[in-house]
Order: sequence, then C-alpha cells, then structure tokens
Amino acid sequence: MIRRAALILLLSALPALAQQAPPRVPAPPLPEPPEQIVAGISRDDIDITTNFDGSEIIIYGAIKRETPIPDGDPLDVVVAVAGPSESVTVRHKERRLGIWINTGRVSIGAAPSFYVVASTRPLHLILTPEEDQRHRVSVPLAMRSFAGPLDVEDAVPYTEALIRLREADGLYRLDDGAVRLAEETLFRADVRLPANLIEGDYSARIFLLRGGKVTDTFRAPIEVRKVGLERWLYRLALENPFAYGIMSLAIAIAAGWGASVAFRQLRRT
Amino acid sequence: MQIYLPIAEVVVNAFTLIGLGGVVGLMSGLFGVGGGFLITPLLFFIGIPPAIAVATGANQVVASSFSGVLAHVKRKSVDFRMGWVLLAGGLVGSSLGVLLFNLLSRLGQVDLVVQLCYVIFLGLIGAMMLQESLRALRRTRVSGPIKPTRRHQHGWVHRWPLKMKFRASGLYISAIPVLGVGAVVGILGALMGVGGGFIMVPAMIYLLGMPTKVVIGTSLFQITFLSAYTTLMHAVSSNTVDVMLAVLLIVGGVVGAQIGTQWGARLRAEQLRILLALLVLAVCAKLALDLFLRPDELYSITPGLLK
Repeated sequence: MIRRAALILLLSALPALAQQAPPRVPAPPLPEPPEQIVAGISRDDIDITTNFDGSEIIIYGAIKRETPIPDGDPLDVVVAVAGPSESVTVRHKERRLGIWINTGRVSIGAAPSFYVVASTRPLHLILTPEEDQRHRVSVPLAMRSFAGPLDVEDAVPYTEALIRLREADGLYRLDDGAVRLAEETLFRADVRLPANLIEGDYSARIFLLRGGKVTDTFRAPIEVRKVGLERWLYRLALENPFAYGIMSLAIAIAAGWGASVAFRQLRRT
Repeated sequence: MQIYLPIAEVVVNAFTLIGLGGVVGLMSGLFGVGGGFLITPLLFFIGIPPAIAVATGANQVVASSFSGVLAHVKRKSVDFRMGWVLLAGGLVGSSLGVLLFNLLSRLGQVDLVVQLCYVIFLGLIGAMMLQESLRALRRTRVSGPIKPTRRHQHGWVHRWPLKMKFRASGLYISAIPVLGVGAVVGILGALMGVGGGFIMVPAMIYLLGMPTKVVIGTSLFQITFLSAYTTLMHAVSSNTVDVMLAVLLIVGGVVGAQIGTQWGARLRAEQLRILLALLVLAVCAKLALDLFLRPDELYSITPGLLK
C-alpha cells in the first residue's frame, strides 16, 4: 500500500514524463550472474477459437550454476505473465442533485490487459520494494504512467479500483506459492489464462531472487492469436468494414425471412 | 456452451444469448417495437462492452423486425406509403442524432444524457399510453366497442400543405408531420442506440391518428430500414458490430418475433397497448433506480483515453 502510494506520488510529480513510459531498467551489468535461468514454456502460441475456454501454460526451467548452491538466503522464483498494454480510463461516480453521475476520471497510459504474478513465496517476503520498482514485478507496478495532467486530488483510489475490478474479472492475479521449486534447481509454474483474453503479444518474465534482490531474469514471448472463423471475421471487420456490415445485414435479413417462411409452413401443417 | 465473440473479445454462454434474443423478439412481434430499448441494456448487463452492445443490438433488430414485417405484410397491415415517408424523415434524423451523439461525447457525460433520455421518454410515453388505453378499455367495457372519435377529427395537422393520401391508414394528411415524427424518432433513436419503435408506435397512434391495426406493421417496416442504416454506420465508422453475437441473438429473435406476431393477432388493441405501456414503465423504473440508488461499485473502467 505504501509502495503504491509512493509510486503514484512519484508519477504525479513528474507530469512531463507521463506521456512516455519510463525506460525499462536492464539487468545489472554484471559479467555473468553465478546462477542463471534456463527456461521453457509449454506453448508459446495460443489460438483463440470459437469455443476458446481459456488455456493453461506451463512455464518450467532450471537454474544453471558453475558453483555449488550458495548458503545463506534461500532461492526464490517469480513468474510474471503479462498481456498487451492498453490505455484505460477509470471513472468515479458521485451523487449530484440526487443522481449518480461520473464526476472524476483518471486516464492510465498503459495498463496490461492481463497480469499474473506467480511466486514460490508471498511476494513481500522475497522482493524488496526497490527491486520491485526496478523490475516492475507486482501488480500495481505493472501499470505505467498517467496520461495527461491529473484532474483529481488523489489518484490512488482510481488505480486501486482498476486493480480491484480487473481482479474480479480474473484478469489480474497474485498467485503466492504457485511456483514449485525443487532442490533450488528445478522450477515449474502452471499459469491459467482466462477465456476473456484479448489478442496480442503476451510475455512471460521469470525472476530469480536471493535475499530480496533479483539475481537473474529471463523473458519469453507468448503469442495469443485468433484463428479460423474468429480471425476471418475480425480481419474483415477491420479491413473491409463496409462488406462486413453488408454481410451482417444479409445474415439478419436471411434469418428474418427464413423464420417467417418456416413458421408459415408450420402453421399450414 | 461458452463461445468467444471475435469483436467483443469476451466469452459468453451461447444459450443465454439465444434466450435473450427470443424474449426481445417476442416483444418485437407483439408490440411492433424493435426491442432495442430492451436488448441494449440486457447486453450491458451480461458484460458486453456498451459500444458493441448498441451496434450489435441494431443488427439484431433488423432481423427480428424484418421477420415481423413479413408476417404483417401477409396480414395486409403495413401502410407502405406511410412507412417510406417516415423512413425519409428517420434517415435525416438518424444522421443528425449521430452528429449530436459525437458532440455530446466530446463534451463528456454522454452516458448521463442517454440515461436521462431513456428515463424521461420511457416514463412519459409509458404513462400516457397506460392512461389512455385504460380509459379506452373501460369505455369499451361499458358500451361495447366504439369507433375511436380521434380519427376523424380535423385538427391542426390537417390544415398543413403537402397533403398525401395514406390509404391503408385511411388518412389524408400533410406529409410534414409524418416526416417530422420520423426525424424526431430518428434523432432519439441514434442518441439512445435504439430503433425508436417505442416512441414511434405511440407517435403514430396519438399524433398521426393511425389505426392501431396498421401501426405495428408500419412501424416495423420503417424500423427494419432505419436499424439497417444504423448497423452499417456503426460497422463502418467504429467496427463495433459483432456478427457472432448478432447471429446468436437473431436465432432466438426471429423465432420469438414469429410467436409474438401470432399472440398479437389474438389480443385486443387496448390490451396490447396496456402491456406495452407496462413494459416501457418497467424499463423506465429500472433505469431510474440505477440513477438514484447508490451503485455497488462507484468506479468503472472504460478502454482508451477520454478526451
């Protein structure tokens, strides 16, 4: 909570920066981390078909090291799967003259359409706030920058509402303990993708943590695409909207006529 | 059976949609309203994004009202001439309405204007119809069916120029009020994302003095064309028509419309009007409650950046 408030203060203090996303901080320029992630994803492309009902992806891997397992702080793994970012506007209703109307609004430049963080242990135990800021791991930090000047006094309830609403829709999720780690070497995370996915380039990021610090990261793309009829309709609607509109009308007219004829037949018999 | 909608990008139950379409189609056949004022709020309710609900609702209205029109053509209860004149006004009004809608969105608060429009118009029309048809019903019960005197009154409408003969309606009136009614309904329809049948039907009965018998078929006739126009506008300008969603609604809708038309033929005109009035008032009450009661969730998410 404090972390989130701090971020919002930071962002609202820097309106000049608000339009462009802060640059992604690269991993520390160490020559070779002593422990490295070697990982794979069960599937890197997900097809949305007509009866698409969500999907399960398995992100698995191992820790490669030249030296024996170090003593001291235990090893932890965090897996973050993010959907394509979009701009959204969060609006707030208030009572004016007896009726509830939208009064305040906050525009967020880029919020992931989908975001799941799976970890070996609760995130606040294994990741320091500074490292979270740097790598943008936790759900509130996945959202970037407010678009334009803020016209509300306090933006925190708006970002909290966005997270709350998306969590209720199953689009944002924090899965403590969903990453299984064996012998500090092999790990596996099962991530469930909900049915209401949008098309786009998704990504899986894996973080290796020791003593609250990120020691190595790994990134892999996941492509989510509509296929078959879904793809055909979607493309037609965007590329040739007039033909698409005429087709929709033709279907409607044909269905209306068909029902009329069918019922006349029924009545006669 | 869950189904992924390609444009709306949400997953919904196919049978829920067929059922929704069926209920709305029933209303359409029964009362001669396109059902847009029912389908659009119902689609919001099951989680379809508003812009897609409005545009796809229009597409479904095309199917159910076309099916209804065919049934009415068979019963010779469509005044084509009146329909064409109303449609001419309607197309102009609808285009103006879309411009007005865009202007309001730029000013913000378009949702509120739309919601208030719904409450005010549904409330006024529902109350007027209920009162009038209850009175008519009481009168027929006392002294048997009498001809409505209204039809042969020569009011202000009859003194205007550009007179046209509308044989099926038994009217000889100026085309100007007919065009006007069409245009006003067109504007409101575009603003509220509906075909406008629930405004059109009472306007035809009370303003133009058309007999109830031809009102429903004629209203459906012009709604078919008007909502086809709206669907095309939405598809071209904002890509918000989801044909998969439309097909499911239509499957239910066309069947419902046929059943509705059959039931309608068995009911008396006053009873039909009372039922429609009650339905309109119920939707009005629901929308008014949404405005006046504290919503469960005060925050809402809209995709994109609002200017």
